[in-house]
Amino acid sequence: MATGFFATDFGILILTLLKALALIVPLLIGVAYLTYAERKVLAAVQLRRGPNVTGPFGLWQPFADAIKMLFKETIIPDGSNRYLFLFAPVITFGLAIIAWAVIPVNDHWAIANINVGMLYLFAISSLGVYGVIIAGWASNSKFAFLGAMRSAAQMVSYEVSIGLVILSVLVCTGSLNLNAIVLAQRNIWFAIPLLPMLVVFFISGLAETNRAPFDLPEGESEIVAGFFVEYSAMSFALFFLGEYANMILMSGMTTILFLGGWLSPIPFIPFTWVPGPIWFILKVAVCLFVFLWVRATLPRFRYDQLMQLGWKVFLPLSLGWLVLTASALEIFGWLPHA
Amino acid sequence: MPLLDRTARSFLLLEILSGMAITLRYFFKRKATLNYPYEKNAISPRFKGEHALRRYPNGEERCIACKLCEAICPAQAITIEAEPRDDGSRRTTRYDIDMTKCIYCGLCEEACPVDAIVEGPNFEFATETREELLYDKQKLLDNGDRWEPELAKRLELDAPYR
Repeated sequence: MATGFFATDFGILILTLLKALALIVPLLIGVAYLTYAERKVLAAVQLRRGPNVTGPFGLWQPFADAIKMLFKETIIPDGSNRYLFLFAPVITFGLAIIAWAVIPVNDHWAIANINVGMLYLFAISSLGVYGVIIAGWASNSKFAFLGAMRSAAQMVSYEVSIGLVILSVLVCTGSLNLNAIVLAQRNIWFAIPLLPMLVVFFISGLAETNRAPFDLPEGESEIVAGFFVEYSAMSFALFFLGEYANMILMSGMTTILFLGGWLSPIPFIPFTWVPGPIWFILKVAVCLFVFLWVRATLPRFRYDQLMQLGWKVFLPLSLGWLVLTASALEIFGWLPHA
Repeated sequence: MPLLDRTARSFLLLEILSGMAITLRYFFKRKATLNYPYEKNAISPRFKGEHALRRYPNGEERCIACKLCEAICPAQAITIEAEPRDDGSRRTTRYDIDMTKCIYCGLCEEACPVDAIVEGPNFEFATETREELLYDKQKLLDNGDRWEPELAKRLELDAPYR
């Protein structure tokens, strides 16, 4: 496909940069509008109207918020580790963006269509905990530290079950390539045969992104804002954007692993004309709505309940289901590449 | 059996799903919020808003400087000074209400024997400075002239219950 200028080394670099830009700009706009959507959804559930003054239906609210954040003062507390303090939000936000490099929004529409895509995603989402821990440690504050400790334990616990859920999808596809994982769902989405795993994955995703009902690292009512109490202005905004970008990433992973990525949900003619990215975005939007819907419904878990759910329920459940899936594939001879 | 029942319920997330069904129903319900500056709630004829001093239809001010309102005011927000006028009638020379002290209890309105001081329907009189909220007699009379049609109607509607 690439000829002439775009076949040279420099051309490839430019092309990759353009591709990255084409992904990141809509992603950031999506993140901005996710904050708006969250306020609107929470408002609607509570019979309120939500932001509706800035622009038509309040649609310019995210930009008003961004401008406000830019003009505020970044306060660096005394006794904090200045460099780590400023570096932590960059890690959180950066990692949330970097992971998107391998997400395919259409057939072979990924910036890097690598064969270890799933492993890469898993590695990046595991690194996410560093931003939180460094923020909590560098702030030199009790609440921030408590939040960081909670977050570390929580994210490590839920990664275990997420890993096992991903494994049970991988034994069905026989590939770590995200493109291949989606194409393996041409006949049937994994959401149907692996429904319990979808639920476990989604709930673990809530815990992994520190969202309600597992928002203990923030814990508004007991530790103020958790790991980012000391942050203000743009450094706070980066944490905020990172959290929402992680939500979109989690929804994207759910879409790719279980909901058939860019594939049309109704596989005949008028629906297959709709371009893949549209389906992908719609599916991600549905997942995100569930994220917000859960937040509007459930109260926060107690910490021991959180740990109990992670280790005593999800871990055995996902491990058992992995064994079950593998056995079924072996017995019926459905193993990929067998 | 209760154990099995409970386990099945929690594993099928039945309680969480029924909770989510309720929030989804609320999501589509009509909003309870009024779109305030553009949309306003109906207010009762007894609503206690901004004060006004009324006049008789011939333009004579009603207040006879009996000072009952000043006496009853629990916040001591009203200050009245009075002198006989040239025609011999008793009238106020000063009638101040400190709106920053007023607690909008409506006792002045109830105490008034001639329906001179009333609390009107206006609740949007926020100002930028504190001084603007120290109302004098002229301001109160102006309020009365401005709101008179509504004030008269409110008094008439509320009369059967007084």
